[in-house]
Amino acid sequence: MKYTKDHEWLRVEGDLVVVGITEHAATQLGDVVFVELPEPDTMVAEGDEVCVIESVKAASDILAPVDGEIVAVNQKLVDNPGLVNEDPTGAAWFFKMKLDDLSVLDDLMDEDEYQELIG
Amino acid sequence: MADLNDGLLRLGLHDLHVALGGKMVPFAGYEMPVQYPDGVMKEHLHTRSAAGLFDVSHMGQVILRPKAGMEALKLAFEALMPVDVLGLAEGRQRYGLFTNDTGGILDDLMFTNRGDHLYVVVNAACKAADIAHMTAGMPGVSVEPVTDRALLALQGPGAQAALEALLPGVAAMKFMDHRVIGDVWVSRSGYTGEDGYEISVSDPKAEDFARKLLAQPGVAPIGLGARDSLRLEAGLCLYGHDIDTTTSPVEANLTWAIQKARKAGGAREGGFPGAARILKELAEGPERLRVGLKPEGRAPMREGVELFAPDGTPVGRVTSGGFGPSVNAPIAMGYVARSHATTGSVLEGVVRGKRLPLTVTDLPFHPTSYKR
Repeated sequence: MKYTKDHEWLRVEGDLVVVGITEHAATQLGDVVFVELPEPDTMVAEGDEVCVIESVKAASDILAPVDGEIVAVNQKLVDNPGLVNEDPTGAAWFFKMKLDDLSVLDDLMDEDEYQELIG
Repeated sequence: MADLNDGLLRLGLHDLHVALGGKMVPFAGYEMPVQYPDGVMKEHLHTRSAAGLFDVSHMGQVILRPKAGMEALKLAFEALMPVDVLGLAEGRQRYGLFTNDTGGILDDLMFTNRGDHLYVVVNAACKAADIAHMTAGMPGVSVEPVTDRALLALQGPGAQAALEALLPGVAAMKFMDHRVIGDVWVSRSGYTGEDGYEISVSDPKAEDFARKLLAQPGVAPIGLGARDSLRLEAGLCLYGHDIDTTTSPVEANLTWAIQKARKAGGAREGGFPGAARILKELAEGPERLRVGLKPEGRAPMREGVELFAPDGTPVGRVTSGGFGPSVNAPIAMGYVARSHATTGSVLEGVVRGKRLPLTVTDLPFHPTSYKR
């Protein structure tokens, strides 16, 4: 698993990259009550605001962690936003991306580096 | 209460909050628990189904003592508010509002007739200004801030049994009754829409008292986050957000707090700051009104969201909004032009650049369960 400083995780699944938010981020946000997902088949650039996530406390954005195409979104989160708190690194993935070159992931943090960031 | 380096005050029960896992945040100049490990949603639902204990010691407790008899004190207090103080029986509490000369609200408060004096509870952020306002406005009254007592709120259907175990007799109290039991001051009131009590305890006894309450079946500590969602579902105003120096009590839909005696034709009509505007709005209706707002989708509409009529005319603004855990939907309150303030009126709120529909709704969102 790879991590961004914006507390997203990225997991390679075949030729796609699955993206979600970390347990740390979910805990900080508090109970999630609303998720807005992007349209599938959208080209995004790193840093684009692609999802909105609202907790009982506040609204925040999820940014595209890398350049690529969003090819699938997790509709379950729209119906059950609380899944983000229950299983942030599993069932509560947000979207799947297709990248031109998976090697861009090498620039992201690994588990140890991320733990150090939030530690 | 001690000063911290960053200027925040600490509650007398600070160590208890930390021991309970409270996440401490700055609020109204204090370090306050915004939530405990259960989180806002569970704490909210727990309060509605069992009992929640809130530390509201940041609020200002004040004793008003007469220098020339209770009637003079009551009339002096009436001169600051569009509220009937004279008619409040001993042992009863009432909601009040300090108004300014333009009919806006300086603060909202609770006051209690305790026979030979009045006991007042005001908002934390306003307490210094309120004390100065009362001192300047009531020369014949001794305004005495109470600085050595904690204030706890025990709210929810389990509150009566839990408090009765510690203070036998409180079960017989009705909504807005007040009793002095030993050196504990108990009101049957709160700010969640639930039955419950507000309990003033001397600082040295407060932690032991809070721990004993937490040891009662069903009682859990509840933070400010859930306090906010509970009061929003109950349709109650948060000072500085839903009411302020520009909103009149009539616009704020708080006319129930203005008793007959102070209205046109009443025994003591007017005679409070801003009476011209407030009596005019009572007679003719206000230009805008605080209403409940229910977003149609799942996206919360928070404070500051601008509201429009379907034809694009701006009609108001959200003043409080979020997610209502018991309603299981987003809810909000705000001010809307009177022409669009009727229940069922469909408006649009702008969220992240998109216009989303919402409906003007009766308050409260969740039925209250006060013990009348």
